[in-house]
Amino acid sequence: MVDHARNAAAFVSDIERTRWHDQALWFVRQKRDRAARSVPEWEKLRESAQKVKSHTLAHLGHYLERFEANARANGIDVRWAADGAALRRIVAEILKEHGAVRVVKSKSMLTEECGLNPHLQSLGIEVTDTDLGERIVQLAGDHPSHIVLPAIHMKKEDVAALFSKHLHTDPGNADAHYLTRAAREHLRQKFLEADAAITGVNFALAEEGGFVVCTNEGNADLGTALPNLHIACMGLEKVIPSAKQLGVFTRLLARSATGQAITTYTSHFMRPKPGGRLVVVIVDNGRSRLLKGRQAGALSCIRCGACMNTCPVYRRSGGHSYGTVVPGPIGSVLAGASDVEKFASLPFACSLCASCDNVCPVRIDLHARLCDEREEAIAVPDYAGKRAGLKMAAFLLRHPKLYEMLMGLARAVLPRLPRGLLYNRFNLWGREREMPIPAKKAFRELYRERRCRRR
Amino acid sequence: MGKRVGLFVPCYVNDFYPEAAFSTLEVLESLGFDVVYPENQSCCGQPFLNNGMVYDARKLAERFVDIFADFDFVVAPSSSCIGAVKHRYDGIVKDARYPLLRQRVYELCEFLHDVVGIENLRFQTPFRGRVGLHNSCHALRELGLAAPSELHIPPFSKVRAVLSKIEGLEVVEPSRDECCGFGGTFSIQESAVSAMMGRDRIADHRTNGVDIVAGVDMSCLMHMEGLAKRDGIPVRFVHVAQLMTGRV
Ligand code: SF4
Repeated sequence: MVDHARNAAAFVSDIERTRWHDQALWFVRQKRDRAARSVPEWEKLRESAQKVKSHTLAHLGHYLERFEANARANGIDVRWAADGAALRRIVAEILKEHGAVRVVKSKSMLTEECGLNPHLQSLGIEVTDTDLGERIVQLAGDHPSHIVLPAIHMKKEDVAALFSKHLHTDPGNADAHYLTRAAREHLRQKFLEADAAITGVNFALAEEGGFVVCTNEGNADLGTALPNLHIACMGLEKVIPSAKQLGVFTRLLARSATGQAITTYTSHFMRPKPGGRLVVVIVDNGRSRLLKGRQAGALSCIRCGACMNTCPVYRRSGGHSYGTVVPGPIGSVLAGASDVEKFASLPFACSLCASCDNVCPVRIDLHARLCDEREEAIAVPDYAGKRAGLKMAAFLLRHPKLYEMLMGLARAVLPRLPRGLLYNRFNLWGREREMPIPAKKAFRELYRERRCRRR
Repeated sequence: MGKRVGLFVPCYVNDFYPEAAFSTLEVLESLGFDVVYPENQSCCGQPFLNNGMVYDARKLAERFVDIFADFDFVVAPSSSCIGAVKHRYDGIVKDARYPLLRQRVYELCEFLHDVVGIENLRFQTPFRGRVGLHNSCHALRELGLAAPSELHIPPFSKVRAVLSKIEGLEVVEPSRDECCGFGGTFSIQESAVSAMMGRDRIADHRTNGVDIVAGVDMSCLMHMEGLAKRDGIPVRFVHVAQLMTGRV
């Protein structure tokens, strides 16, 4: 089982770094707030987005078929992958058909989820992540800790050290411009040499049979410009009815993600370029199962990352503490729904503050989803002790007389206990805090006395 | 005789913070309500709802409805308990009296604001000085007692509106309306993160130079009080009802 609390405690133990992580992401959250306030109809826009998504998910089969038919009519090759293994196989086959050995890939959490990079690398294919943040974690042999800011767990100095090793930059120079320039030169070379490009998909348009990729660095465009082969990997929940609804989402996405009015590049791919081949692989990998369960709403997610930036727990525990591809509130919902035994600690890695519900551009009631998931999570063997304790508390609370008696006892005994006995290793509350002191008389008693006096 | 108000006192308030409950009682009585504290009450079931223990939550929720169904109003010095009763009993409690009851349960400030009306509030005891207001999550985001910073809606705060009727009191709010990290069993299961969240809120209040922090949920305050005591930070934590009666 992933032990979020333990991973989080390890992260927090470096308090300076944690504070920096918290403040960096809070800064993004505040940018998001300002961007949201620049749109008078912001809350209406979120409602529209929620409606479009829930309508599309309710008719998902229909829209996916429309998309497939219209994309084919545009000359796009459409393939279906039931799971991660199928995606890996399909992509490897297509690359082989084209004899492609050097691939540039723009950001895609889906390929991360399906383990595409390691698979292609094992076949001798070089895959270069071209999103700057993703390239950084790739060079570090690491995983993204955030879906929009993959390297947010690393400081500039860490990147300087990393680049000096791989890109031969000056290890003492942690200037962001200097490092970005170095990465850009390095990536330029990769773009020039590439035989094929892989991208993700932000929105697939059923009516038009095309799709949209949003990036801030233009790396999807640069990657697809030269090679003749472009493979786009899309989760099957990415379809929306038509370009008519697209504006709702593009207005919400960048504002929610980074506080920009719109992503710097919003690229539309409608057909293969002359002489080129464009393939869209539609991936299920557990999504249709999710659609049938009580967490179906989580499929509305447009991966903006706002719930991570606002989450007080995520900001203080870091993305890696979740042990998932997608971390934070939405990641916990998805993980819990896919494998409750393994991820039972994630629904509990939440104080139920509900801030995520309020920032989510498609209004997923994330905290309620997590609370629902606790029903299954509390039943796993690891939580037998917690469950038993709560059962006992519930029993006492159903028998107020007994409860009052025990509290009376505690009131008499607790103040006399030596500190060492009270603050033992089982006293989890007392690890970080002092215990509250029972009042001399409980309210119940004071109330009784007052009533007697008044009679 | 005034309308009958059933007073609900969360278990930890009963045992650790009776002044908060007593102040609530006095405030309501001073406004002419006939306040009754049913002695067989215990818990609204929230801790069990929050831990996915539906069976145990249901037992307690049914008791709650049964005990409080006949009052004109039910008031509690807690937004999280009231939030649970108001918004989370659906599909759990079958009792036919629940739909009516849910419309008559209130957190104290909500009751004073929505039912009594700000213009009818008179608090006898003035308070001199600045107090930091802790906006708890259930108050902000479940009961809607104030506008949370995430939403693009006009700013308002029912709590501040009520407190504005206390003569001499200056209310200041921290820079972030962020969770204090209590979260019930979260505070022990995720103790490290919980503690950092609480310490951050305390530090935020301290930059405003306050040595009293007040809020509508004693549970959040209990957590921050424990941290402040451990760290030797001289801040006191009181329920807003105590500001209204001067029992500080
Ligand atoms: S759940 Fe909502 S807020 Fe979180 S990443 Fe998805 S769309 Fe963004």
